Amino acid sequence: MLLEMQRDELELEVWSCLDQVTDPELDEPVTDMGFIERVEVSLDMKTVEVEFRLPTYWCSPNFAFLMAFDLRCEVSKMKWVHNVKVTLHDHCFADRVNAGVNGGRNFNDVFAEYCEGGDLNAVRAKFQEKAFMRRQETVLLALEERGYSCAQIVDMTLGAFDAIPFETGEEAKQKPRYRSLLLSQALAEKPGDPAFVSWSGERLSAEGLKAYLAKLRGVRINMEFNGALCRGLQASRYKEAQISDDGPTLIDFIQNRVPLRDGYQPGTNET
Amino acid sequence: MFVTKEGKEVFIVDGHTHFWDGSPENQSNIHGKQFIDCFYAYHTNLSPPEQLWEKGRFEKYSVDDVYRDLFVDGPDDVAIIQSTYLRDFYKAGFSSIERSSSMAERHPERFIVNGSFDPRDGEKALEYIHYMKENFDIQGVKMYTAEWNGESKGWSLNDPAAYKCFELCEKLGIKNIHVHKGPTIIPLSKDAFDVHDVDHAATDFQNLNWIIEHCGLPRLDDFCWIATQETNVYGGLAVAMPFIFSRPRYFGEVMAELLWWVGEDKLLFGSDYAIWTPQWLVEQFWEYQIPEDISAERGGIQLTDEVKEKILGLNAAKLYNIDVEAKKKQLSASPVQMAAE
Repeated sequence: MLLEMQRDELELEVWSCLDQVTDPELDEPVTDMGFIERVEVSLDMKTVEVEFRLPTYWCSPNFAFLMAFDLRCEVSKMKWVHNVKVTLHDHCFADRVNAGVNGGRNFNDVFAEYCEGGDLNAVRAKFQEKAFMRRQETVLLALEERGYSCAQIVDMTLGAFDAIPFETGEEAKQKPRYRSLLLSQALAEKPGDPAFVSWSGERLSAEGLKAYLAKLRGVRINMEFNGALCRGLQASRYKEAQISDDGPTLIDFIQNRVPLRDGYQPGTNET
Repeated sequence: MFVTKEGKEVFIVDGHTHFWDGSPENQSNIHGKQFIDCFYAYHTNLSPPEQLWEKGRFEKYSVDDVYRDLFVDGPDDVAIIQSTYLRDFYKAGFSSIERSSSMAERHPERFIVNGSFDPRDGEKALEYIHYMKENFDIQGVKMYTAEWNGESKGWSLNDPAAYKCFELCEKLGIKNIHVHKGPTIIPLSKDAFDVHDVDHAATDFQNLNWIIEHCGLPRLDDFCWIATQETNVYGGLAVAMPFIFSRPRYFGEVMAELLWWVGEDKLLFGSDYAIWTPQWLVEQFWEYQIPEDISAERGGIQLTDEVKEKILGLNAAKLYNIDVEAKKKQLSASPVQMAAE
């Protein structure tokens, strides 16, 4: 019983570390998207198995690769973990993703096989830029809403930005995420640096801010649209998922399957 | 014909429809099953509950279903049927030009059946384009760049082999190239949904019309940018349309972007039948207005009746040389016949 409780706790720890893994295309945590199907810690509490499934069989395989490796990487960071097994289900490239991620080779070696000499950094950078733009738009709009003028916004320093509290809503969620990308990309470092620059590091101008925001909006609309589509398709796919006869487990609660979805009856395939 | 509450008649060209057979009997392998399952997920996820179909009917619907859903219960005047072969997944193809053309025989004046080819077939692809022109007098083709073909898991519009095919299309007067960007798998280092090959092909083939289905989704932003650069690039609204029901505000944002960047003369309605049926889409679209705050962000852009008429039929009529008045007369003279019950 004590052992069970310990394992449950470790599983929860795994779940919360998986929040760090995002879908590159959507910039949303894979846990929020409901991609993670199962997390299990072995009896000896050294091995972690993570199973995941994407909204469709045809989801972009390079993203599947990225997510699988990111899942392995995040879980491996926990001190008590000796082995990680990551399994992707029901995907057109699943066999190769699973062999690649669990084969003990590093990501670049596995990936190179399928790249015709290309490397992944360009794709990663492209989606990081989109993520940056989406996060930035959210905080910019929140500042506008709070009455900051274009001039005040473009002159704002990182220190001043840090001092503005966003307590609720999307802006509260995106502010630390925006900030962490600013720092990790060295777009701002010291409290006196401008808080708002373009992805290529250029200062924004007060008169150009509206046009800049329009560009960010296009990126955000695209990402939200894809996010809505993915969530919907994911939900359709999950209708097939069954809650076992032993009753709901931890993942059923995490995935909001308890209470059951509208019209969903255990033991039937169709609703 | 769609008739508004005020009694106005609106001419409808449904720019993206299919007559497919995705049934288990026609599936060659797990990929065939997963392909139709994915379509069905789109259907169940984005349809109003009263519009849901049984899986079996969705996998393979009848000729009568098509006529009823599009022209009797549905408002379409003309439907463009697209061909998609997926020969690696389906024994007799997913939706072939032969099967669609024989379905269309009962009312040929109602259908435009487009062909399809796979540039990776080389000389055979060129021969096939000739065959489709001679036998079916096609005006357009549907390109699915994510189609698997043996070891190849996708292709680009600007591949040399594709250019040979487009040169032939241009020569034979096959002017409308519908493009669906599905996920291209190899190389993995490339964005699987990249739409920049559209930019190259549209620049190099100015006499062809490039209709990008699903408005380049999931790369709507990149597509908008390309469409402003190229005068011969159009956006097909299939897949974006059903959001009008499930997420009307998003739909407004998407329409505002498209109207702003692509413009009211270059957007084409498509139901994506049988994923969705046109009746509810057209009804809701006619009633729809872009929310004011979204419209204000884009210079007051709005879906006026005039804009809607263009999107619902007039734009596609231009691309396919349909004389709208003459077509209306022709259609009213031969109402759709349903087989005896």
